[in-house]
Amino acid sequence: MKRVLNFLPWLFGTVKGHEFLFKGITTLILAAGAVVIMVPLAFMISTSLKDPAQIRSDANTLIPRKPQTTEINGERYNLYQVTVNGISREMAMLKKAPGGMANFVDPASPDEIYELKINEQTPLYRLDIHWENYPEALTAMPFFRYLGNTLIVTFVGMAGMLFSCSLVAYGFSRFRARWLNLLFLLLLSTIMLPSQVRLIPLYILFQNLGWVNTLLPLIVPQFFANAYDVFLLRQFFMTIPLELDDAAKIDGANPLQVLLYIILPQARPALVSVGIFHFLYAWNDFYEPLIFLHTRENWTLAVGLQTFDAIYTINTHLIMAVSVLMIVPPIVLFFFSQRIFTQGVVFSGIKG
Amino acid sequence: MTLFKPHKMSLARREALAGYAFIIPWIIGFLIFTIGPMLASLYFSFTDYNIIDPPRWIGLQNYARVFSGIPEYFKTGDPRQLGDPLFWKSLQVTLYFASLALPLNLILSFFLAILLNQKVPGVNVWRTIFFLPSIIAGVAVTLLWIRILNPRMGILNPFLQNVLGIQNPPGWLQDPNWSVPALVLMSLWGVGGSMIIYLAGLQGIPTDLYDAAKVDGANAWQRFWNVTFPMMTPVLFYNLVLGMIGTFQYFTEVYVATSGTGGPQRSTLFYNLYLYQNAFRYFDMGYASTMAWILFVIVLLLTALIFRSSDAWVYYEGQLRGRG
Repeated sequence: MKRVLNFLPWLFGTVKGHEFLFKGITTLILAAGAVVIMVPLAFMISTSLKDPAQIRSDANTLIPRKPQTTEINGERYNLYQVTVNGISREMAMLKKAPGGMANFVDPASPDEIYELKINEQTPLYRLDIHWENYPEALTAMPFFRYLGNTLIVTFVGMAGMLFSCSLVAYGFSRFRARWLNLLFLLLLSTIMLPSQVRLIPLYILFQNLGWVNTLLPLIVPQFFANAYDVFLLRQFFMTIPLELDDAAKIDGANPLQVLLYIILPQARPALVSVGIFHFLYAWNDFYEPLIFLHTRENWTLAVGLQTFDAIYTINTHLIMAVSVLMIVPPIVLFFFSQRIFTQGVVFSGIKG
Repeated sequence: MTLFKPHKMSLARREALAGYAFIIPWIIGFLIFTIGPMLASLYFSFTDYNIIDPPRWIGLQNYARVFSGIPEYFKTGDPRQLGDPLFWKSLQVTLYFASLALPLNLILSFFLAILLNQKVPGVNVWRTIFFLPSIIAGVAVTLLWIRILNPRMGILNPFLQNVLGIQNPPGWLQDPNWSVPALVLMSLWGVGGSMIIYLAGLQGIPTDLYDAAKVDGANAWQRFWNVTFPMMTPVLFYNLVLGMIGTFQYFTEVYVATSGTGGPQRSTLFYNLYLYQNAFRYFDMGYASTMAWILFVIVLLLTALIFRSSDAWVYYEGQLRGRG
């Protein structure tokens, strides 16, 4: 008691106490926020493991479950934890009676029937996890086809982006020329440009090239650099000491060799971070695949999943299973590269 | 000396040429994928174009369709007087969403960033958790939120009813009055994306500023208002501009949540969704191009407005005068 009495003046009266109080409140708020973040994800996973009957009858529990049942005289009845005469027992509910009542019976002695209020008794459940939703979901839609398309768009596009943006960022970071600064400003200004203003002519261009309904419109433009990634790479290239370039030049290296053997190896963290951001952007992108891909064999996961939902929205368990599969790669990547995220994100949080 | 000058000139020239050579991929891309299409869409905005037949020049008719009937509308209050009521509806939906989502996002993410900048136990775990939703944004998460918000099958309304005791929780995406707030709620779940930018900004504030303020006897609250906040205004500004531009391009979530309809009763007919419908449902490419250019002008104006006003409230380090 004395300790508690000493604690309060410490908590409210000293600098250390204030700090403790402040940190405690901060942690509580953060924990509450973390629950808000995690519960939807838990709901996603739990729904992906329920069968349609569970979703209909028991949609809003986070643990996939079924009522426990027992067999009496060849019939199945739901089990309840009931309280009779102050003693808690497991009993089966035989049938409902008027007035919110029901007949309960102990499976061990089926002749004693008790009439009790239903909502005063707790139904008993058992865990009932439907892993088979996952294989079923993979066959309910051409999942691997969608996955293949998504991977092609993501990784070929990433290669093109890294190739072109490295060249362009190198041009903007290591050379002096009259128009380069102006061109760099022009490049930066395209960040503000709403993509809709070029979308329709691009669609028509790709249609005339015969590229609509192929993956090319999503891939080819990546080979021509983009403002975000050029900006990030250029900022990083500028931090690499010029002395390294000069040493290589004295050894007779041409500018391309300087890029390949000096700059790029030094810039690996920046390249990895723009690569990761490109992965997230391309993996999650919906707008452009929706516009350019028209038939199912060309769809990416994002479009395929949305269309599956639009047609078979009743199959919530399968849709959530595929949704879980779709968010796993970004999350795994995220956990393996957290440091890069928090470092590179200042520039790239805007992408997509 | 004169012997070396031509040689030096040619070196500078070679350097310039090499610089231009390396940016060729972007220059080609800029011409083919940016400037060319921009000019083409400006041209299309003056045409009637359905993709199958060649574009037919109709002058300002597409623009007239947007802007006609405004005086009549103000006189009668009847939206049917407008040349294209749906255009104005989509603008209204977008601005309504922006007016809710932008301030809430700004306040919440800034608040979270400040909390996550404290030396609390497990701070890296908290940061990871809050950032998580922003890396999985898109179709899967929207399909999840449709189900969370579902009045019968979801988990939000049972929580509102049973825990918070709200008698008639809203129908969210199924109720035209609540569909936009529902989308705002969804967007707030992904607040970690801008939170992490604020966090980086907070970590960039030099600690000697706080030390100096402490020496001057400033308490925590005064340190916040006189050091943290002014130092953060450029980041606030940056997030505000990009958030605003992002709202006009808002698409995936509303398309997925409403199967591309913008329902119920067009209550979620966002600008970009209506543009998409015109272009790729009705194949009215001319009118969609007009909408794209109006969007471009709106974004330019709003950006300029924020840049203008930023003089008054954005503090840049190295600037002599204090916060305005």
